[in-house]
Amino acid sequence: MDNAITSTGMTTDPTLYPPYTPAVHEEHEHAVLPQHRHHFETEEQQREAGSFGMWLFLLTEIMFFGGMFFAYLLYRNWYYEAFVVASNQLSVPLGAVNTAILITSGFCMALGVWAAEVRQKGLLVVMLLLTTFFGFIFLGVKADEYHEKYEKHHIPGASFSTAMFVNPAAYGLKEDPLSPDMAQKTQIFFFLYFAMTGMHALHMIIGIGILAWLTLRAHRGDFTSGYVAPIENFGLYWHFVDIVWIFLFPLLYLINRHPLK
Amino acid sequence: MSTAIGNTIVSLPDQSTARLPKRNYINNEHGLLSWLLTGDHKRIAILYLISITFFFFIGGAFAGLIRLELLTPQPDLVSSDTYNKFFSMHGIIMIFLFLVPSVPATLGNFLIPIMLGAKDLAFPKINLLSWYLYVIGGLFTLTALVLGGVDTGWTFTTPLSTHYLNTHVITTAMGIFVAGFASIFTGLNFIVTIHRMRCPGMTWFRMPLFVWSHYAASLLMVLGTPVLAIALVLVALERTFGIGVFDPTKGGDPLLFQHLFWFYSHPAVYIMILPGMGVISEVISTFSRKRVFGYTAVAFSSVAIALFGFFVWEHHMFIMGVSNYSALVFSLLTMLVAVPSAIKIFNWAFTLQKGSITFETPMLYAFGFMGLFTIGGLTGVFLGSLGMDIHLTETYFIVAHFHFVMVGGMLMAFLAGIHFWWPKMTGRMYPESLSKLAAVTTFIGFNLTFMPQFILGYLGMPRRYHSYPPEFQVLNVLSTAGATVLGVGYMLPLLYLGWSLKYGAIAGNNPWQATGLEWQIQSPPLTENFVETPIMDHEAYDYEWLANKTKHEVTTVG
Repeated sequence: MDNAITSTGMTTDPTLYPPYTPAVHEEHEHAVLPQHRHHFETEEQQREAGSFGMWLFLLTEIMFFGGMFFAYLLYRNWYYEAFVVASNQLSVPLGAVNTAILITSGFCMALGVWAAEVRQKGLLVVMLLLTTFFGFIFLGVKADEYHEKYEKHHIPGASFSTAMFVNPAAYGLKEDPLSPDMAQKTQIFFFLYFAMTGMHALHMIIGIGILAWLTLRAHRGDFTSGYVAPIENFGLYWHFVDIVWIFLFPLLYLINRHPLK
Repeated sequence: MSTAIGNTIVSLPDQSTARLPKRNYINNEHGLLSWLLTGDHKRIAILYLISITFFFFIGGAFAGLIRLELLTPQPDLVSSDTYNKFFSMHGIIMIFLFLVPSVPATLGNFLIPIMLGAKDLAFPKINLLSWYLYVIGGLFTLTALVLGGVDTGWTFTTPLSTHYLNTHVITTAMGIFVAGFASIFTGLNFIVTIHRMRCPGMTWFRMPLFVWSHYAASLLMVLGTPVLAIALVLVALERTFGIGVFDPTKGGDPLLFQHLFWFYSHPAVYIMILPGMGVISEVISTFSRKRVFGYTAVAFSSVAIALFGFFVWEHHMFIMGVSNYSALVFSLLTMLVAVPSAIKIFNWAFTLQKGSITFETPMLYAFGFMGLFTIGGLTGVFLGSLGMDIHLTETYFIVAHFHFVMVGGMLMAFLAGIHFWWPKMTGRMYPESLSKLAAVTTFIGFNLTFMPQFILGYLGMPRRYHSYPPEFQVLNVLSTAGATVLGVGYMLPLLYLGWSLKYGAIAGNNPWQATGLEWQIQSPPLTENFVETPIMDHEAYDYEWLANKTKHEVTTVG
């Protein structure tokens, strides 16, 4: 995304284009930014196009996750008991802590956007690093949770075991046992859990990759001379990833707290 | 009346002195790398044109093999497994690698920035990325093909695709997943460009209808394709790990896959047809010398088709065990799509009324489109009605129906557009009489191929079988004969368009005397399209404006 908006390196020879005359900007006092792309009439147009493109991209992301949310809706209605019991196997404290960590990361990102806008290079770099740091913490906690599922044989596939749900007493759980048939359906829950949180984590990993690149460029001073579009657009992406989690946490971890139970 | 036939509006510069413009997007830079790393929307359009033509002929070869097998009632050419692979590869290649990118990625890429008075699409690098994704997707599909093909049909229906088949499902699904992102990025680029890059004076209702229809199609690409992506990811996961989401033995629901798949794949047929409708609007207006009748209605009908298109997907599943009540609702909604489609057809017909009609090749293809699309659309209403659908679905009737829309409609529109804008893209004219012959050949071949299939389907011949009862043979032979004629009809343009690149007459700026902004600049255009940013000071399709403009103008080329 950002690449297309920011890079100036076009393959076509820029000298062939008629020199850009900043007709609109003559009244204002700032010079034309080096990041201005030849095919946009004004910087304002470039910035609006970039941000609009990012919003559209997020719309496609919503539709992408939407497919899984739809599957969740369907199966949760069909196999509610299995979903409740399986959901109880997730750690609410870890999920809650992770939610807080992710929101903190998003807050740092928002501060980073502000830092870029007020042209404070040092603060921007610190904020991007903090955003990355909290992103890694989140992924670490997630990895720990995945590992626990692995130990309990709750990863869907050949090694999946329903023993804990058919005979909870043997595992020291106070749940009512599920019929073997319904217990099978916990696998659907865990599949959705892994698919949705896994896809979310994948988006975070991609985001952290872009963050590293943005941090380097911020350190070089690219974004603190009035050109903040990549930071802003990445901010949108990062907040989107946060918001997906805000939906995932109650849907996956807190089914038991649902008033209809 | 009779004098109109044979008259043409072609206005070429004096061929003894005509030259191609010295500087244009084609000779601006040289070398393969200058093409492979270009950010120029026109060059990317040419890259797309070459690659989709390649895949069209691969898909066409499979169609030929299918028709050859069906020449006789006995299964004698290939085994049934191979036949399954034939029609699967035919469908997958034609839909995902030809029809979806056909008009948008070639003509749309080339023309939308110019029609809006912009120098390029909003994100040139994403545009180039989209072509690379398309090529990678195509390579995955070719890999699956070389390794032994896939036999799920183009629909990847579960549990067939997840549990029962041992062919290259995941490779193909990967290919389509990747190619899907090419489509998403194209649509995203178009929407942003149309919103943000219009030149001064280019209001929404001064945009050519070509742009409107691409806007509607782009909405579908952006909103629908991600759902296909996730559906294919789930199929791949189900196949690899047995996660159970589509597996009834584990509580999963195979119908869920169909809902997700058709949520994209029904809108996808509008992704395929809407850009074609945009081409037809331009062609009909130009060769009737009239503003498109009911401009606003045609513009909004595109958006309406896009909107309704998202709420009809279940009509692909009427016999799959969905609830009767939802089937009723979806049947009604399906009928509703006929309304905006009919608005278009009627408005084109009224555009023709009292127009000064001439019969250049693009116009012949456009006439083909109007007739064949109408038949294809109306038979769609048959299939949308619940009772008829039970009788007709999964027969050759449905095959004929969607080929009338996709081949009779979209491919005709694609060829109309390619001929119409060929002078703009290359600076040279195609040979007119030969291309008229090709247009007529295509029309005859098409009807001979697919009209018998309506009858076959109504009589009960099921689709996707490689043998059939002997009483169906006459109609099948007709169909195969038609396919041969059709094949010739499609080979001809490939040959003479290639020929015209070197020997065609120099076209000049505006050989059709059309009103679009793209016709007011040199052919082929400059890399930056316009010398200075144009100002749109008239409505679209304003032929009086054009007449005033050209009255005192000396057309020189070179």
